[in-house]
Amino acid sequence: MSPKAETKRYELRLYVAGKTLKSVTALANLKKYCEEHLQGQYVIEVIDLLLQPQLAEGDQIFAIPTLVRKVPEPIRKIIGDLSNEEKVLVGLNIRPA
Amino acid sequence: MHHAALPKTPTGITGLDEITGGGIPQGRPTLVCGEAGCGKTLMSIEFIVRGATEFNEPGVFMAFEEKADELAMNVASLGFDLDKLQAEKKIRIDHVHIDRSEIEETGEYDLEGLFIRLNYAIDSIGAKRVVLDTLENLFSGLSNQVLLRAELRRLFHWLKDKGVTAIITGERGDGKLTRQGLEEYVSDCVILLDHRVINQISTRRLRIVKYRGTVHGTNEYPFLIDEDGISVLPVTSLKLEKAVSSDRVSSGIPALDKMLGGKGFFKGSSILVSGTAGTGKTSIAAYFANETCSQGKRCIYFAFEESPKQIIRNMHSINVDLQQYVNSGTLKFFASRPTLYGLEMHLVAMYKLIKQFKPHAVVLDPITNLITVGTVSEVKAMLIRLIDFLQEEQITVMFTALTLNNAVTEQTDEGVSSLVDAWMLVRDIEYNGERNRGMYIMKSRGMKHSNQVREFIITDKGLDLVDVYLGPDGILTGSAREAQMLQEQTGEVLRDYAVGRKDREIIRKRKVLEAKISSLQTEFESVEDELNKTYQEEELIKQVADKTRKEITAIRRGSVNDTIKIKTRKK
Repeated sequence: MSPKAETKRYELRLYVAGKTLKSVTALANLKKYCEEHLQGQYVIEVIDLLLQPQLAEGDQIFAIPTLVRKVPEPIRKIIGDLSNEEKVLVGLNIRPA
Repeated sequence: MHHAALPKTPTGITGLDEITGGGIPQGRPTLVCGEAGCGKTLMSIEFIVRGATEFNEPGVFMAFEEKADELAMNVASLGFDLDKLQAEKKIRIDHVHIDRSEIEETGEYDLEGLFIRLNYAIDSIGAKRVVLDTLENLFSGLSNQVLLRAELRRLFHWLKDKGVTAIITGERGDGKLTRQGLEEYVSDCVILLDHRVINQISTRRLRIVKYRGTVHGTNEYPFLIDEDGISVLPVTSLKLEKAVSSDRVSSGIPALDKMLGGKGFFKGSSILVSGTAGTGKTSIAAYFANETCSQGKRCIYFAFEESPKQIIRNMHSINVDLQQYVNSGTLKFFASRPTLYGLEMHLVAMYKLIKQFKPHAVVLDPITNLITVGTVSEVKAMLIRLIDFLQEEQITVMFTALTLNNAVTEQTDEGVSSLVDAWMLVRDIEYNGERNRGMYIMKSRGMKHSNQVREFIITDKGLDLVDVYLGPDGILTGSAREAQMLQEQTGEVLRDYAVGRKDREIIRKRKVLEAKISSLQTEFESVEDELNKTYQEEELIKQVADKTRKEITAIRRGSVNDTIKIKTRKK
């Protein structure tokens, strides 16, 4: 998982609330896309708001699940279970729209 | 069967708690809706701030529109220090930023994040109050409307379960109270705010559209936003159950008090002074204010025509010094152009000032000018409310009103003559080439009052009422009255003179008589003396004769007397 200096590095954060179906689906989808397109370039941090509710405000979370692309800037957000691969990739700017 | 009353949470907003009979439903969501700029955010933030500062109920303000620092700045002008309250953990402001351009939606989601956030905010300070302002922004930020509606329904249920008293604000939509029909979800209490501009004058109004399970005022109530926050005027009290007083207050004009059963007006009553231009209505009002203050009581003078300085200066000319009471703080002037703001705003402003200053008497001079900002019926409605309110507070109020044409109607003006307790009319009496003022008491409820026309005179010493003269040509006033008085005075002098002469003649006659009596008495005395003299002479003669006879008799017996003499000598 150690990225090379010249390649783009993605810091992704997935906000969930417990192990709901949507959350589990979202995480599975995300892992799949990252492995396919960003191998070795990404870090996924999963935050369970049921355990750390104080973190919701900082990233302006209101929907669950929410994927936040912290790096590279600008911050992008994708809400939902990430079932539409095309949208996710465009949303994360991995693939140009 | 008696049910427990619906528990309510006082908002702390002036007047709102009176309309709602104690506040908004406790532990339930209340919807506050209205157009942009009608004061929704302000009302909800005041609910939170008052809760934290006055009722010791911490509150969470979740802003979907304004950022926390913008909000703090906006309400700082109202004296709300949000930063300080946040630092003290009395309130918590959470800004939910929703920007559609930053958000991509894919697949299923829910708003659990919002719930968690809200829950965390509530639990972190033990909040009892929650505001969601403006929740409908969610709809513009997210595209899945079906999901949003389901989540909103869940949110309202969740708020109820949480037991917090919540205010949710919503923008007004076409034909609906809110754009997204939030009223469907909030079934307990809906408050509608309105901001209307009529004749270039804007008025904010509030109406309780719905309040399940409780009595509430159903009218539109005007409200005011000023440096103290929101003031709602609960304009018409629902009942006519006011306490009344039989105490009297003086009008300041002794002759007028005399016309009013000798004691003046009832305390807490309403008095209308109407008349044509220049009849001295303001002077009567100033006298009343002066009298109130001279007894050490407080008075507010609402001037709609003249500035306070003008009134004070003008009243100096009739020997009334109002300045001293202004200085001592018992008299308060409040001057405003009627056109400054709407009728309701005037009412709210007055209401607020009266609540603060707690006067014993109030003067409105003149109410006629208010017509310029409202229709007759509106002015009447406003005055009814004001009278109601003042009666409740036991404040005596004097209105002045200008009658434009006394030939057409004496039933004034704003139609308030039927509402007031006492009505005095000052009228011009034109006669003999001059104009004079006549005063009538048209009515005075509950007391004996004079039915006579008095001439109302204004001199540099003050106001007074004089009886008018009823001459052969009708009522005499002014110089005609003076002439009549002069004539009567002349007559009096002449009569006095005639009487004097008769008196003197009587004295003279008495003197003559007395002289005669004394001469007769003298005569009688001399006759009596004469008679007495004769009588005494005769008596004397009789005595002498008796004595002589005895001596003669003794001499005839002769010896007897001598013998006795001899015998006596021998011894």
